Amino acid sequence: MDFTTVNFTEVSRAFGRRRALHRVSLRLNAGEIVALLGPNGAGKSTLLGLAATLLEPSSGAIRYDNQTARTGGSGLRRCIGLLGHDLFVYPELSAAENLAFFAGLYALDDISARVDAALERGAIAARRDDPVSSLSRGMRQRLALERAVLHDPRLVLLDEPFTGLDDAAVGALQARLATLRDAGRIVVVATHDLETIEPVADRALLLWNGRLETIERGAGSLRERYRMVGAAR
Amino acid sequence: MSFAATVWLVMRKDLRIEIRSREILYTTLFFAVACVLVFAFGFVREGRALEDASAGILWIAIAFSGTLALGRAFDRERHNETLRALMLAPVARPALYVGKLLGVLVLLAAVEIVVVPMIALMFQANLLAHAWLMSALLVAGTIGFAAVGTLFAAMLVRARSRDVLLPILLYPITIPVIIAGVRGTAALLQAEVDVPMARAWLSMLVFFDVVFITIALWVFEPVMTE
Repeated sequence: MDFTTVNFTEVSRAFGRRRALHRVSLRLNAGEIVALLGPNGAGKSTLLGLAATLLEPSSGAIRYDNQTARTGGSGLRRCIGLLGHDLFVYPELSAAENLAFFAGLYALDDISARVDAALERGAIAARRDDPVSSLSRGMRQRLALERAVLHDPRLVLLDEPFTGLDDAAVGALQARLATLRDAGRIVVVATHDLETIEPVADRALLLWNGRLETIERGAGSLRERYRMVGAAR
Repeated sequence: MSFAATVWLVMRKDLRIEIRSREILYTTLFFAVACVLVFAFGFVREGRALEDASAGILWIAIAFSGTLALGRAFDRERHNETLRALMLAPVARPALYVGKLLGVLVLLAAVEIVVVPMIALMFQANLLAHAWLMSALLVAGTIGFAAVGTLFAAMLVRARSRDVLLPILLYPITIPVIIAGVRGTAALLQAEVDVPMARAWLSMLVFFDVVFITIALWVFEPVMTE
Protein backbone atom coordinates (compact mmCIF):
# COMPACT_ATOMS: atom_id res chain seq x y z
CA MET A 1 0.00 0.00 0.00
CA ASP A 2 1.05 3.61 -0.44
CA PHE A 3 -0.36 6.96 0.65
CA THR A 4 0.22 10.64 -0.05
CA THR A 5 -1.33 12.27 3.02
CA VAL A 6 -1.44 11.66 6.74
CA ASN A 7 -4.36 13.21 8.62
CA PHE A 8 -4.55 13.67 12.37
CA THR A 9 -8.10 14.45 13.47
CA GLU A 10 -8.59 15.66 17.05
CA VAL A 11 -5.90 13.27 18.25
CA SER A 12 -5.26 13.14 21.98
CA ARG A 13 -2.89 10.87 23.80
CA ALA A 14 -2.53 10.38 27.55
CA PHE A 15 -0.06 8.30 29.56
CA GLY A 16 -1.95 7.51 32.72
CA ARG A 17 -3.06 10.87 34.07
CA ARG A 18 -0.50 12.83 32.06
CA ARG A 19 -1.84 14.28 28.83
CA ALA A 20 0.90 14.31 26.17
CA LEU A 21 -1.19 15.48 23.20
CA HIS A 22 -4.47 17.36 23.26
CA ARG A 23 -6.85 17.40 20.29
CA VAL A 24 -4.19 17.72 17.62
CA SER A 25 -5.43 18.12 14.06
CA LEU A 26 -2.85 18.09 11.32
CA ARG A 27 -2.41 17.22 7.66
CA LEU A 28 0.92 16.08 6.26
CA ASN A 29 1.37 16.04 2.49
CA ALA A 30 3.71 14.23 0.14
CA GLY A 31 6.63 16.35 -1.02
CA GLU A 32 6.99 18.54 2.04
CA ILE A 33 9.30 18.84 5.01
CA VAL A 34 7.53 19.76 8.23
CA ALA A 35 9.56 21.03 11.18
CA LEU A 36 8.05 20.03 14.49
CA LEU A 37 9.24 22.40 17.19
CA GLY A 38 8.59 22.81 20.86
CA PRO A 39 10.23 22.69 24.27
CA ASN A 40 11.23 19.44 25.99
CA GLY A 41 8.21 17.40 27.00
CA ALA A 42 5.88 19.24 24.62
CA GLY A 43 4.77 16.00 22.95
CA LYS A 44 6.95 15.90 19.82
CA SER A 45 8.17 12.32 20.31
CA THR A 46 4.64 11.20 21.20
CA LEU A 47 3.33 12.70 17.96
CA LEU A 48 6.04 10.89 15.99
CA GLY A 49 5.27 7.63 17.83
CA LEU A 50 1.60 7.98 16.91
CA ALA A 51 2.41 8.74 13.26
CA ALA A 52 4.71 5.70 13.24
CA THR A 53 1.82 3.49 14.50
CA LEU A 54 3.85 2.53 17.58
CA LEU A 55 1.28 4.25 19.80
CA GLU A 56 -2.48 4.39 19.53
CA PRO A 57 -4.38 7.61 20.12
CA SER A 58 -6.42 7.83 23.33
CA SER A 59 -9.03 9.61 21.21
CA GLY A 60 -9.25 10.92 17.67
CA ALA A 61 -8.06 9.26 14.48
CA ILE A 62 -5.00 9.09 12.27
CA ARG A 63 -5.54 8.20 8.63
CA TYR A 64 -2.99 7.44 5.93
CA ASP A 65 -5.15 8.36 2.93
CA ASN A 66 -8.05 6.00 3.66
CA GLN A 67 -6.17 3.54 5.86
CA THR A 68 -5.64 3.44 9.60
CA ALA A 69 -2.84 1.73 11.51
CA ARG A 70 -5.22 -1.14 12.27
CA THR A 71 -6.41 -1.69 8.69
CA GLY A 72 -3.02 -0.96 7.11
CA GLY A 73 -1.11 -3.43 9.28
CA SER A 74 2.34 -4.50 8.17
CA GLY A 75 1.81 -3.05 4.67
CA LEU A 76 1.47 0.39 6.23
CA ARG A 77 4.45 -0.11 8.52
CA ARG A 78 6.57 -0.90 5.45
CA CYS A 79 5.93 2.69 4.27
CA ILE A 80 7.14 4.32 7.50
CA GLY A 81 10.71 5.10 8.50
CA LEU A 82 11.45 6.31 12.01
CA LEU A 83 14.64 7.69 13.49
CA GLY A 84 13.97 7.87 17.20
CA HIS A 85 15.64 9.79 19.95
CA ASP A 86 17.49 6.55 20.62
CA LEU A 87 19.29 5.15 17.61
CA PHE A 88 17.49 1.81 17.05
CA VAL A 89 20.74 0.00 16.20
CA TYR A 90 22.59 -2.80 17.99
CA PRO A 91 25.92 -1.58 19.42
CA GLU A 92 27.43 -5.10 19.37
CA LEU A 93 26.87 -5.54 15.62
CA SER A 94 28.80 -3.75 12.91
CA ALA A 95 27.29 -0.96 10.81
CA ALA A 96 26.91 -3.32 7.84
CA GLU A 97 25.36 -6.09 9.97
CA ASN A 98 22.82 -3.68 11.43
CA LEU A 99 21.73 -2.48 8.01
CA ALA A 100 21.66 -6.03 6.61
CA PHE A 101 19.53 -7.21 9.54
CA PHE A 102 16.92 -4.51 9.04
CA ALA A 103 17.03 -4.92 5.26
CA GLY A 104 16.22 -8.59 5.86
CA LEU A 105 13.28 -7.70 8.12
CA TYR A 106 11.91 -5.44 5.38
CA ALA A 107 12.47 -8.24 2.84
CA LEU A 108 14.43 -5.91 0.56
CA ASP A 109 16.01 -7.32 -2.57
CA ASP A 110 19.74 -7.12 -3.31
CA ILE A 111 20.57 -6.49 0.35
CA SER A 112 24.32 -6.35 -0.17
CA ALA A 113 24.11 -3.55 -2.76
CA ARG A 114 21.59 -1.59 -0.67
CA VAL A 115 23.77 -1.84 2.42
CA ASP A 116 26.85 -0.72 0.47
CA ALA A 117 24.95 2.25 -0.97
CA ALA A 118 23.60 3.24 2.46
CA LEU A 119 27.07 3.06 4.00
CA GLU A 120 28.43 5.26 1.19
CA ARG A 121 25.62 7.80 1.63
CA GLY A 122 26.21 7.90 5.35
CA ALA A 123 30.00 8.27 4.85
CA ILE A 124 30.67 5.27 7.08
CA ALA A 125 31.82 2.77 4.45
CA ALA A 126 35.37 2.82 5.81
CA ARG A 127 34.09 1.64 9.21
CA ARG A 128 31.50 -0.80 7.86
CA ASP A 129 32.78 -3.81 9.80
CA ASP A 130 33.47 -2.04 13.09
CA PRO A 131 31.04 -2.58 15.97
CA VAL A 132 28.63 0.32 16.28
CA SER A 133 29.76 0.81 19.88
CA SER A 134 33.18 1.87 18.56
CA LEU A 135 31.81 4.53 16.19
CA SER A 136 31.61 8.21 17.09
CA ARG A 137 28.26 9.76 18.04
CA GLY A 138 28.00 11.44 14.65
CA MET A 139 28.74 8.22 12.77
CA ARG A 140 26.13 6.36 14.80
CA GLN A 141 23.62 9.10 14.06
CA ARG A 142 24.32 8.84 10.33
CA LEU A 143 24.01 5.07 10.50
CA ALA A 144 20.70 5.36 12.35
CA LEU A 145 19.39 7.73 9.68
CA GLU A 146 20.41 5.32 6.91
CA ARG A 147 18.67 2.49 8.78
CA ALA A 148 15.49 4.56 9.01
CA VAL A 149 15.33 5.25 5.27
CA LEU A 150 16.90 2.02 4.02
CA HIS A 151 13.55 0.73 2.75
CA ASP A 152 12.68 4.01 0.97
CA PRO A 153 9.64 4.81 3.13
CA ARG A 154 6.86 7.20 2.12
CA LEU A 155 6.64 8.75 5.59
CA VAL A 156 9.99 9.70 7.15
CA LEU A 157 9.86 10.63 10.84
CA LEU A 158 13.04 12.01 12.34
CA ASP A 159 13.46 12.86 16.01
CA GLU A 160 16.42 15.20 16.59
CA PRO A 161 18.34 13.99 13.50
CA PHE A 162 21.02 16.70 13.76
CA THR A 163 22.25 15.53 17.17
CA GLY A 164 26.00 14.94 17.20
CA LEU A 165 26.57 15.86 13.55
CA ASP A 166 29.43 18.10 12.43
CA ASP A 167 28.93 20.92 9.93
CA ALA A 168 29.66 18.75 6.90
CA ALA A 169 27.24 16.06 8.07
CA VAL A 170 24.56 18.67 8.80
CA GLY A 171 24.91 19.99 5.25
CA ALA A 172 24.70 16.44 3.88
CA LEU A 173 21.58 15.74 5.95
CA GLN A 174 19.92 18.95 4.77
CA ALA A 175 20.62 17.93 1.18
CA ARG A 176 19.28 14.45 1.91
CA LEU A 177 16.06 15.86 3.35
CA ALA A 178 15.60 18.00 0.25
CA THR A 179 16.13 14.92 -1.94
CA LEU A 180 13.49 13.01 0.02
CA ARG A 181 11.03 15.88 -0.37
CA ASP A 182 11.71 16.10 -4.12
CA ALA A 183 11.08 12.35 -4.34
CA GLY A 184 7.59 12.90 -2.92
CA ARG A 185 8.25 11.71 0.60
CA ILE A 186 6.47 13.11 3.64
CA VAL A 187 9.22 14.26 6.00
CA VAL A 188 8.61 15.30 9.61
CA VAL A 189 11.59 16.53 11.62
CA ALA A 190 11.26 17.11 15.37
CA THR A 191 14.13 19.33 16.40
CA HIS A 192 15.43 22.13 18.58
CA ASP A 193 17.93 23.19 15.90
CA LEU A 194 15.82 25.95 14.39
CA GLU A 195 18.64 27.51 12.37
CA THR A 196 19.54 24.13 10.90
CA ILE A 197 16.04 23.10 9.85
CA GLU A 198 14.93 26.55 8.64
CA PRO A 199 16.62 26.42 5.19
CA VAL A 200 14.89 23.15 4.26
CA ALA A 201 11.55 23.21 6.11
CA ASP A 202 8.44 24.01 4.08
CA ARG A 203 6.46 24.81 7.21
CA ALA A 204 6.91 24.74 10.93
CA LEU A 205 4.56 23.59 13.67
CA LEU A 206 4.86 24.36 17.34
CA LEU A 207 3.83 21.90 20.02
CA TRP A 208 3.28 23.47 23.40
CA ASN A 209 1.95 21.45 26.32
CA GLY A 210 0.48 18.94 23.89
CA ARG A 211 -1.31 21.54 21.78
CA LEU A 212 -0.37 22.25 18.20
CA GLU A 213 0.04 25.65 16.61
CA THR A 214 1.27 26.69 13.18
CA ILE A 215 4.18 29.09 12.93
CA GLU A 216 3.12 31.27 10.04
CA ARG A 217 5.57 32.31 7.37
CA GLY A 218 6.49 35.97 7.63
CA ALA A 219 9.19 38.42 8.43
CA GLY A 220 12.01 37.46 10.74
CA SER A 221 13.85 34.22 11.32
CA LEU A 222 12.20 30.99 12.38
CA ARG A 223 13.60 31.45 15.88
CA GLU A 224 12.04 34.94 16.15
CA ARG A 225 8.67 33.67 14.98
CA TYR A 226 8.98 30.66 17.28
CA ARG A 227 9.58 32.97 20.24
CA MET A 228 6.64 35.18 19.28
CA VAL A 229 4.25 32.23 19.08
CA GLY A 230 5.63 30.81 22.31
CA ALA A 231 5.29 34.11 24.12
CA ALA A 232 1.69 34.46 22.98
CA ARG A 233 0.69 31.17 24.59
CA MET B 1 8.58 -11.78 4.69
CA SER B 2 7.64 -15.24 5.86
CA PHE B 3 7.12 -16.10 9.53
CA ALA B 4 10.00 -18.60 9.52
CA ALA B 5 12.40 -16.16 7.84
CA THR B 6 11.67 -13.51 10.49
CA VAL B 7 12.19 -16.04 13.28
CA TRP B 8 15.51 -17.06 11.76
CA LEU B 9 16.70 -13.45 11.34
CA VAL B 10 15.88 -12.49 14.93
CA MET B 11 17.37 -15.64 16.42
CA ARG B 12 20.53 -15.38 14.30
CA LYS B 13 20.95 -11.75 15.30
CA ASP B 14 20.62 -12.60 19.01
CA LEU B 15 23.07 -15.48 18.77
CA ARG B 16 25.56 -13.41 16.76
CA ILE B 17 25.53 -10.75 19.48
CA GLU B 18 25.90 -13.42 22.17
CA ILE B 19 28.80 -15.13 20.39
CA ARG B 20 30.59 -11.75 20.34
CA SER B 21 29.91 -10.74 23.95
CA ARG B 22 29.28 -14.12 25.66
CA GLU B 23 27.83 -12.00 28.40
CA ILE B 24 24.61 -13.93 28.99
CA LEU B 25 26.21 -17.34 28.49
CA TYR B 26 28.97 -16.75 31.01
CA THR B 27 26.78 -15.16 33.70
CA THR B 28 24.05 -17.78 33.28
CA LEU B 29 26.48 -20.67 33.26
CA PHE B 30 28.41 -19.35 36.25
CA PHE B 31 25.18 -18.91 38.20
CA ALA B 32 23.90 -22.41 37.33
CA VAL B 33 27.21 -24.08 38.22
CA ALA B 34 27.44 -22.12 41.51
CA CYS B 35 23.87 -23.14 42.31
CA VAL B 36 24.64 -26.85 41.77
CA LEU B 37 27.87 -26.65 43.80
CA VAL B 38 26.18 -24.99 46.79
CA PHE B 39 23.39 -27.58 46.81
CA ALA B 40 25.92 -30.39 46.42
CA PHE B 41 27.59 -29.32 49.66
CA GLY B 42 24.22 -29.27 51.40
CA PHE B 43 22.62 -32.45 50.11
CA VAL B 44 25.47 -34.92 49.61
CA ARG B 45 26.59 -36.71 52.81
CA GLU B 46 29.40 -39.28 52.74
CA GLY B 47 29.10 -39.58 48.99
CA ARG B 48 25.34 -40.24 49.04
CA ALA B 49 22.77 -37.68 47.93
CA LEU B 50 19.30 -37.27 49.39
CA GLU B 51 16.63 -39.02 47.35
CA ASP B 52 15.14 -36.80 44.62
CA ALA B 53 17.53 -33.99 45.51
CA SER B 54 19.29 -34.10 42.14
CA ALA B 55 15.99 -33.71 40.22
CA GLY B 56 15.01 -30.66 42.27
CA ILE B 57 18.44 -29.06 42.02
CA LEU B 58 18.59 -29.60 38.26
CA TRP B 59 15.33 -27.73 37.74
CA ILE B 60 16.15 -25.01 40.24
CA ALA B 61 19.42 -24.36 38.40
CA ILE B 62 17.54 -24.20 35.07
CA ALA B 63 14.81 -21.91 36.44
CA PHE B 64 17.15 -19.47 38.22
CA SER B 65 19.70 -19.23 35.45
CA GLY B 66 16.89 -19.05 32.89
CA THR B 67 15.43 -16.03 34.68
CA LEU B 68 18.83 -14.35 34.50
CA ALA B 69 19.13 -15.07 30.78
CA LEU B 70 15.61 -13.84 30.02
CA GLY B 71 16.16 -10.48 31.70
CA ARG B 72 19.46 -9.87 29.94
CA ALA B 73 18.18 -11.00 26.53
CA PHE B 74 15.63 -8.19 26.50
CA ASP B 75 17.95 -5.60 28.03
CA ARG B 76 19.68 -5.58 24.65
CA GLU B 77 16.47 -4.51 22.94
CA ARG B 78 15.96 -1.77 25.53
CA HIS B 79 19.33 0.00 25.44
CA ASN B 80 18.92 1.62 22.04
CA GLU B 81 15.14 1.07 21.85
CA THR B 82 15.71 -1.49 19.12
CA LEU B 83 12.50 -3.20 20.22
CA ARG B 84 10.62 -0.24 18.71
CA ALA B 85 12.47 -0.75 15.42
CA LEU B 86 11.51 -4.44 15.49
CA MET B 87 7.87 -3.57 16.22
CA LEU B 88 7.83 -1.11 13.31
CA ALA B 89 9.15 -3.67 10.83
CA PRO B 90 6.55 -5.11 8.43
CA VAL B 91 6.70 -8.60 9.87
CA ALA B 92 4.34 -10.80 11.84
CA ARG B 93 4.97 -9.63 15.40
CA PRO B 94 4.53 -13.10 16.90
CA ALA B 95 7.53 -14.11 14.76
CA LEU B 96 9.63 -11.64 16.77
CA TYR B 97 8.51 -13.45 19.91
CA VAL B 98 9.39 -16.86 18.52
CA GLY B 99 12.79 -15.60 17.35
CA LYS B 100 13.61 -14.25 20.81
CA LEU B 101 12.30 -17.47 22.41
CA LEU B 102 14.53 -19.67 20.24
CA GLY B 103 17.55 -17.49 21.06
CA VAL B 104 16.91 -17.96 24.78
CA LEU B 105 16.36 -21.71 24.31
CA VAL B 106 19.73 -22.13 22.58
CA LEU B 107 21.43 -20.37 25.51
CA LEU B 108 19.61 -22.51 28.07
CA ALA B 109 20.50 -25.64 26.10
CA ALA B 110 24.17 -24.65 26.34
CA VAL B 111 23.78 -24.24 30.12
CA GLU B 112 22.08 -27.64 30.42
CA ILE B 113 24.85 -29.33 28.45
CA VAL B 114 27.21 -28.35 31.27
CA VAL B 115 24.87 -28.61 34.27
CA VAL B 116 23.32 -32.03 33.57
CA PRO B 117 26.63 -33.99 33.49
CA MET B 118 27.77 -32.00 36.52
CA ILE B 119 24.72 -33.08 38.50
CA ALA B 120 25.15 -36.67 37.32
CA LEU B 121 28.71 -36.59 38.62
CA MET B 122 28.18 -34.81 41.93
CA PHE B 123 24.93 -36.56 42.93
CA GLN B 124 25.79 -39.91 41.35
CA ALA B 125 22.56 -39.68 39.40
CA ASN B 126 22.25 -41.97 36.41
CA LEU B 127 20.84 -39.38 34.05
CA LEU B 128 21.79 -41.37 30.95
CA ALA B 129 19.93 -44.57 31.80
CA HIS B 130 16.90 -43.30 29.88
CA ALA B 131 18.67 -40.65 27.84
CA TRP B 132 15.87 -39.97 25.35
CA LEU B 133 13.19 -39.61 27.98
CA MET B 134 15.44 -37.42 30.11
CA SER B 135 16.26 -35.25 27.09
CA ALA B 136 12.57 -34.95 26.22
CA LEU B 137 11.76 -33.86 29.79
CA LEU B 138 14.52 -31.25 29.70
CA VAL B 139 13.50 -29.94 26.28
CA ALA B 140 9.77 -29.77 27.09
CA GLY B 141 10.35 -28.21 30.52
CA THR B 142 12.79 -25.62 29.21
CA ILE B 143 10.43 -24.65 26.39
CA GLY B 144 7.54 -24.19 28.83
CA PHE B 145 9.60 -22.07 31.19
CA ALA B 146 11.18 -19.95 28.44
CA ALA B 147 7.87 -19.48 26.58
CA VAL B 148 6.29 -17.73 29.56
CA GLY B 149 9.53 -16.00 30.50
CA THR B 150 10.08 -14.55 27.03
CA LEU B 151 6.60 -13.05 27.01
CA PHE B 152 6.97 -11.49 30.46
CA ALA B 153 10.50 -10.24 29.74
CA ALA B 154 9.19 -8.53 26.60
CA MET B 155 6.25 -7.01 28.48
CA LEU B 156 8.52 -5.69 31.23
CA VAL B 157 11.21 -4.32 28.95
CA ARG B 158 10.27 -0.70 29.75
CA ALA B 159 9.28 -1.27 33.38
CA ARG B 160 11.60 0.41 35.85
CA SER B 161 11.60 -2.50 38.33
CA ARG B 162 11.67 -5.25 35.71
CA ASP B 163 14.42 -7.20 37.51
CA VAL B 164 12.14 -7.56 40.54
CA LEU B 165 8.91 -8.04 38.63
CA LEU B 166 10.13 -10.76 36.25
CA PRO B 167 10.61 -13.52 38.89
CA ILE B 168 7.51 -12.37 40.78
CA LEU B 169 5.37 -12.84 37.66
CA LEU B 170 7.25 -15.77 36.19
CA TYR B 171 7.60 -18.28 39.01
CA PRO B 172 3.95 -18.58 40.08
CA ILE B 173 2.88 -19.26 36.49
CA THR B 174 5.70 -21.66 35.68
CA ILE B 175 5.41 -23.62 38.93
CA PRO B 176 3.42 -26.40 37.17
CA VAL B 177 6.22 -26.72 34.60
CA ILE B 178 8.91 -26.91 37.27
CA ILE B 179 6.92 -29.43 39.34
CA ALA B 180 6.29 -31.61 36.28
CA GLY B 181 9.97 -31.41 35.37
CA VAL B 182 11.09 -32.34 38.88
CA ARG B 183 8.64 -35.23 39.26
CA GLY B 184 9.37 -36.58 35.78
CA THR B 185 13.11 -36.43 36.37
CA ALA B 186 12.75 -37.96 39.84
CA ALA B 187 10.76 -40.87 38.36
CA LEU B 188 13.78 -41.67 36.17
CA LEU B 189 16.37 -41.29 38.93
CA GLN B 190 14.75 -43.20 41.77
CA ALA B 191 15.96 -46.68 42.75
CA GLU B 192 13.09 -48.35 40.86
CA VAL B 193 12.78 -46.39 37.65
CA ASP B 194 9.15 -45.54 36.84
CA VAL B 195 9.10 -44.95 33.08
CA PRO B 196 5.27 -44.72 32.73
CA MET B 197 5.22 -42.02 35.42
CA ALA B 198 8.01 -40.10 33.65
CA ARG B 199 6.03 -40.33 30.40
CA ALA B 200 2.92 -39.02 32.14
CA TRP B 201 4.82 -35.99 33.43
CA LEU B 202 6.33 -35.49 29.99
CA SER B 203 2.82 -35.45 28.47
CA MET B 204 1.84 -32.83 31.00
CA LEU B 205 4.88 -30.72 30.09
CA VAL B 206 4.00 -30.93 26.40
CA PHE B 207 0.45 -29.86 27.26
CA PHE B 208 1.80 -26.85 29.21
CA ASP B 209 4.07 -25.97 26.29
CA VAL B 210 1.19 -25.96 23.82
CA VAL B 211 -0.99 -23.85 26.13
CA PHE B 212 1.73 -21.33 27.04
CA ILE B 213 3.02 -20.87 23.49
CA THR B 214 -0.49 -20.49 22.10
CA ILE B 215 -1.35 -17.83 24.68
CA ALA B 216 1.97 -16.04 24.16
CA LEU B 217 1.53 -15.91 20.37
CA TRP B 218 -2.00 -14.62 20.87
CA VAL B 219 -1.20 -11.83 23.32
CA PHE B 220 2.30 -10.76 22.20
CA GLU B 221 1.16 -8.18 19.65
CA PRO B 222 -1.50 -6.50 21.83
CA VAL B 223 0.74 -6.22 24.88
CA MET B 224 3.69 -4.92 22.89
CA THR B 225 1.82 -2.35 20.79
CA GLU B 226 1.43 0.12 23.65
